Amino acid sequence: MNGAVEDLAAPIKNAEDKAKLLPAFLQVRGLVRQHIDSFNYFINVEIWNIVKANSKVNSDADANFQLVYTDVQVGRPSVEDEFRAATSVTPQKCRVRDITYSAPITVDLQYTLGKEVVKQNGILIGRLPIMLRCCRCLLAGKNDLELAKLGECPLDPGGYFIVKGTEKVVLTQEQLSKNRIIVEPDSKGLMSATVQSSTHERKSRTNIIMKAGKMYLKHNTIVEDIPVVIVFKAMGMESDQEIMQLIGSESEFVEAFTRSLEEAASLKILTQEAALAYVGARMRITRDMPRSLNRTNLAREFLAHTVLAHVPVVEYNFRTKCVYVAQMVRRILLALGDSSWVDDRDYYGNKRLELAGQLIALLFEDLFKTFNTEVKKRATQTLSKPHRAAQFNIINLFPVSIITNGLESSISTGNWHVERFKMDRAGVTQVLSRLSFISALGMMTRVNSQFEKTRKVSGPRSLQPSTWGMLCPSDTPEGEACGLVKNLALMTHVTTDDEAGPVAELLYILGTEDTSVVSGDEINDKRNSLVYLNGLLLGVHSNPDALTKAARKLRRKGLIGEFVSVCQIEGQNAIYVACDGGRVCRPLIIVENGSPMVTQTHLDELKAKTRVWRDFVQDGLIEYLDVNEENNALIAVDEESVQEETTHMEIAPLTILGVCAGLIPFPDHNQSPRNTYQCAMGKQAVGAIAYNQHRRVDTLLYLLTYPQRPMVETQVLTLVGGDRLPGGQNASLAVMSYSGYDIEDAVVLNKASLDRGFGRCCVIKKYTTSLKRYGKNNLRDRLAPLSATDRPPGSRYEALDADGIAPPGEKLVPGSIFVNKQVPSDAALTDAMTGSVTEYRDAPVTYKAPVAGYVDKVVITSNENEDFLIKTMVRETRRPEIGDKFSSRHGQKGVCGLIVPQEDMPFSDQGICPDLIMNPHGFPSRMTVGKLIEFVTGKAAVFEGRFGNGTAFAGDKIDECARALVKAGYSYTGKDFFYSGMTGEPLRGYVFAGPIFYQKLKHMVKDKMHARSRGPRALLTRQPTEGRSRDGGLRLGEMERDCLIGYGASMLLMERLVHSSDAFTIYVCQKCGLIGYKGWCQHCKSGVEVIMEDISVDY
Amino acid sequence: MGSGEDSDGKRSLPEHLERMRSRVEVGSKVPSNSEGVYYSGAYSSMGVDNSLSVSDLEKRLKVKILEKEKDRIVFELIGIDAPIANTIRRILLSEVPTMAIEKVSFFANSSVIHEEILAHRLGLIPLDVDPNLFDYMEEGAEPSEVNALKFRLKVQCTKVAAVPAEAKPSLKYHNSDVFSSMLEWEPIGEQAEVFGSKPPKPVNDDILIAKLRPGQEIDLEVLAVKGISKDHAKWSPVATAFYRMLPQVELLKSIEGADAIELKDMCPSNCFDIEESGKAVAVRPGQCTMCRECIRHGDWEEKIRLSRVRDHFIFSIESTGAIAPEDLFMRALQVLVDKCGNVVERLTESLDVSSAQARASTNKEHLSHLTRMSTGR
Ligand code: SF4
Repeated sequence: MNGAVEDLAAPIKNAEDKAKLLPAFLQVRGLVRQHIDSFNYFINVEIWNIVKANSKVNSDADANFQLVYTDVQVGRPSVEDEFRAATSVTPQKCRVRDITYSAPITVDLQYTLGKEVVKQNGILIGRLPIMLRCCRCLLAGKNDLELAKLGECPLDPGGYFIVKGTEKVVLTQEQLSKNRIIVEPDSKGLMSATVQSSTHERKSRTNIIMKAGKMYLKHNTIVEDIPVVIVFKAMGMESDQEIMQLIGSESEFVEAFTRSLEEAASLKILTQEAALAYVGARMRITRDMPRSLNRTNLAREFLAHTVLAHVPVVEYNFRTKCVYVAQMVRRILLALGDSSWVDDRDYYGNKRLELAGQLIALLFEDLFKTFNTEVKKRATQTLSKPHRAAQFNIINLFPVSIITNGLESSISTGNWHVERFKMDRAGVTQVLSRLSFISALGMMTRVNSQFEKTRKVSGPRSLQPSTWGMLCPSDTPEGEACGLVKNLALMTHVTTDDEAGPVAELLYILGTEDTSVVSGDEINDKRNSLVYLNGLLLGVHSNPDALTKAARKLRRKGLIGEFVSVCQIEGQNAIYVACDGGRVCRPLIIVENGSPMVTQTHLDELKAKTRVWRDFVQDGLIEYLDVNEENNALIAVDEESVQEETTHMEIAPLTILGVCAGLIPFPDHNQSPRNTYQCAMGKQAVGAIAYNQHRRVDTLLYLLTYPQRPMVETQVLTLVGGDRLPGGQNASLAVMSYSGYDIEDAVVLNKASLDRGFGRCCVIKKYTTSLKRYGKNNLRDRLAPLSATDRPPGSRYEALDADGIAPPGEKLVPGSIFVNKQVPSDAALTDAMTGSVTEYRDAPVTYKAPVAGYVDKVVITSNENEDFLIKTMVRETRRPEIGDKFSSRHGQKGVCGLIVPQEDMPFSDQGICPDLIMNPHGFPSRMTVGKLIEFVTGKAAVFEGRFGNGTAFAGDKIDECARALVKAGYSYTGKDFFYSGMTGEPLRGYVFAGPIFYQKLKHMVKDKMHARSRGPRALLTRQPTEGRSRDGGLRLGEMERDCLIGYGASMLLMERLVHSSDAFTIYVCQKCGLIGYKGWCQHCKSGVEVIMEDISVDY
Repeated sequence: MGSGEDSDGKRSLPEHLERMRSRVEVGSKVPSNSEGVYYSGAYSSMGVDNSLSVSDLEKRLKVKILEKEKDRIVFELIGIDAPIANTIRRILLSEVPTMAIEKVSFFANSSVIHEEILAHRLGLIPLDVDPNLFDYMEEGAEPSEVNALKFRLKVQCTKVAAVPAEAKPSLKYHNSDVFSSMLEWEPIGEQAEVFGSKPPKPVNDDILIAKLRPGQEIDLEVLAVKGISKDHAKWSPVATAFYRMLPQVELLKSIEGADAIELKDMCPSNCFDIEESGKAVAVRPGQCTMCRECIRHGDWEEKIRLSRVRDHFIFSIESTGAIAPEDLFMRALQVLVDKCGNVVERLTESLDVSSAQARASTNKEHLSHLTRMSTGR
């Protein structure tokens, strides 16, 4: 082609092509990549770091003994049988068998015993639950067919664990970033600079506050606040002038700091010795402080290693730390003068996300240390025995269960209780919700923050501008967790730790001068910029622009990590370089000299599959920017808005949304809370769950019988597979008033549509029974097969098969027995101690649900706890009924108010009868214009024989769609001429009608309706039980009582509140008036002459 | 304005009222005059009798078939009121009986489709058999040759030897798709002789019931019984039955030149033509879909008047295939006649209680049948 050369520079022709980058990105990354990446990082890098840091185990008994770990590996997922033989296992098998999908952690080690050195490889130290689709998972790199063969759904994203058969997600945790100075007023309104230091060894929190014009250091370990000048002196900076220079010699600083200097002078602390003594005298002495040191030395230790623990102090050279403290002081002074220096805690650049890998690493580190302590204890025990008979083998002493059980129980309960790191968190993991495909996906992108849910704070809950493009602005729950639980946007990437050493070196090479070689005046010189790396002050640079430019260039060239961020803060004269983990970032197209680097040629290559996502990053066409660096960028939304100064361009504007919001058609036309409601409701929609849904054995499965691909799709929907596993049906909807049963958002359904399968769904419940084993004497529950004559039709035993279990396809009515189990009688249990006769009593498992169901499947299996596990799945097929909840994709939910025969439904000129009628009053106050557009787009799409596109910011044009309607002979407005089905005459208005995607929500009356006249009572209080599941009573509450009082229904009140609630009948002696038994008065000691009267006592 | 007299010597309504009585106006924003006037004395103050006389009806009533296909008929029904036309439509939708599968007995089902769903799918298959040959199955009655049809479906999926793995499932496997044609009729009693050359079968052979893979099988027996769509849509004899009122397009002003061309281009249904003089004329108003495109812009609504003729119905019936569409119409009328008969009977009954009681005892069977028809079981 001749034009090839010009094409190279050709601008992107249309936005659609550019949007193709999104699928390219998601293909390599998937939606849950952040979880998988972090777990891979743990398996491949972090686990070895942890083992290396704790690689030596000694014994107190024998100084010659030493155990050294030389390597660690994580194997492939397997399951151990009784004989400890491992066999490979698939995730599906784990779900069915209620076992853990885990892999062995093995170490290579060598230990010295006397002169002997023993080397051993591949020794098991515990088992690690394996994240699905991580690099060790069986599913990694498999294609769809192979996945199907393993019983796995190809559309399942992975990124969760299977522990004891349940799928558990480690939710992403949001935290304030570590090792960064945050300057803001504290709870008392005093300006303070806070640093949360965190290193592998220590975690501490240091404050510097301004109190009454003087500066103090605040720390947990010291009893009272210490004047900052004394801290400087204790760190060896005795000269006031030097201190002042570090803080800033300008008069404003000097003036503001003088009082602090004076305070130290008035306390007569002038030397380092005196200062250390002062600090030492105010320290809280704890047990784990070395006894050998006196208070002065303790103070020195404290300042070196505990205060600002992340700032390294080598051989008590406090220079760097002094500079750091000085910077903190300087920041406070600046913040006092100019509020723009006050930091914002909620700013997302100050946040770090903790992912599964990091959380598990933390847990593993703790458990591994416990493990080593235990090994040491056992070794000491064994070695200290004077006469050892058996040959000493350390491996036999390995307490494998510590790590295995520790990890397993933490993941399955979600309690991260790590005393060593002062961590106590609950609810870190959650059961993966499999209500619908979307709910599972939505859970994987969820971000949990550490704030208390009950606190009424608005700051952390409100939408931060800095989360643009990183977090979904729509997807957050309503109510107490509002704004605290967030969801990642589509293209967000969460970084993993990158090595800081090389980056620091590079920064020095690029001209950064180490703080130790420059004077305080130079540091604070306006012409110089401070260079921070991961919150550590590295040095100063005289030409910050050049440094920033150079560093970024190197990153684009791939010479430093792609996720290293370089951010220059103008007003602060500082450059922040970061390569730590947990930062959120997102890819953007680089724009240089007013034209985007990605051109049509590149996109054509992408289309031709000669170019993949990675190439875009490697060739410096696209780069990742984190929240901080985004502040330095000028990002254009599209080609048209690119200007001379523009530095970047969005890949697709819709990527600011998350998965759930991305499924909404035309969300850009809706009122924002509606999108939020839909995000919550999409997760409750009944639909298809996974391709393997019929093979799954979940506790509760809701499946739509005829799910349909929506007429109006979005790009996100197709990308995540929502078109292949849809959560609803296309209903032909008429917006009109019909009968009075459609008020308050209720919908009217067409009976013929229901007859034909609209909204029909299956509810499958799991009932697990196990045959338990008692004691050691092989005494256990057993199945009791019945002969055919013992299970006649019509009896409770009818459903049973010859083996005593109801087979698939059998109908269960309430009261039916589906597993005929027998348990050893109590007598037999006691006998079991002696190991003799066994008697059994019937303990059949009965079907208790209120409506009949069919046995869907029966799974008989075993796991390590139960060796005979029977799981019966009972299915119930439901057609929609009055009271079932439906919703469109625009946060417009409504219950079914009426089911109308087809002949009564209105019909149009074309003979179209709506499936569903919705009241137009749902629109004005909700302002869901997106829904109206979905109508028109969907209708037009039907006539054009295509699927509509409702992608946010890039959907079909409404005018074109309306024109298509006209072409098909329909009204431009979307409103059609309808006839009443009842009178046969035309309706008085035109009716807005068309196909729209409707979701059936999981809330169905069948699961909720409940009434009782009399029934069970609680044993203790004799009051009616609570709740539907226990056939409980219905509370006649205060307000209901008020109504009855108001109405004057005194007898009813008497009956409800007095007689029916706690009436109790007792026997009272007619002679003495005391309480007795029936026919006996204990006081009169007689049951003959005394007539016992029963009296009803109401409480 | 006075009321004129037509040729019969009957007084007729003034023009604007006549228009109101006989047309539904289709405005750009909202239709008007949508309800008809049925009260016999509505115009009595003007001396016009609005009552419906049978002779009038006979004179006005016209039926003209417009289109007729195997499963579909479109005809004009002129001269009746909307309630009557609607009654016919409603009966077609819900009360003309057909045969449909009602009971399914499973012997084996290892397909991925659950039994209830499979049964539901089977129920919706239209059966090509005349329901008039059958009685309703009474509650608790045994299936017999007069009230039920029996079909058997026995399919097993097997591998076809020597077909490459990439081939389509339909080639790779035998019976990978279960179609309605696989339902085999099993005559009950004398049925074989009665139906003879035209054995009952599903209307369409290619309705997909289920998909199977090697090793899976479906073995079931179904009973089809007579029923009406009021009970369940599977007994509906029609895919749909509906009518629309005849559209009318009138040009209020003469539209010429560029306007005429614009108008012609505007109409998606090609209702207008341009005469040689350059004037637009509405030549094919019958094609108008009432999309209101021609009156949407500007002042076009002043130039064009869209309306519908209130007593002119274009009726379409789409049969599911069991009963011919024209036959369906007749059956619907029969149901209507029966219903009227029922009403008449009840009326007489209540007027003459004693005689009704006498009749009730002798003709119980007949009555109960009618009652069921009207209450829909
Ligand atoms: S209403 Fe529509 S179809 Fe009818 S004449 Fe006007 S433009 Fe044509």
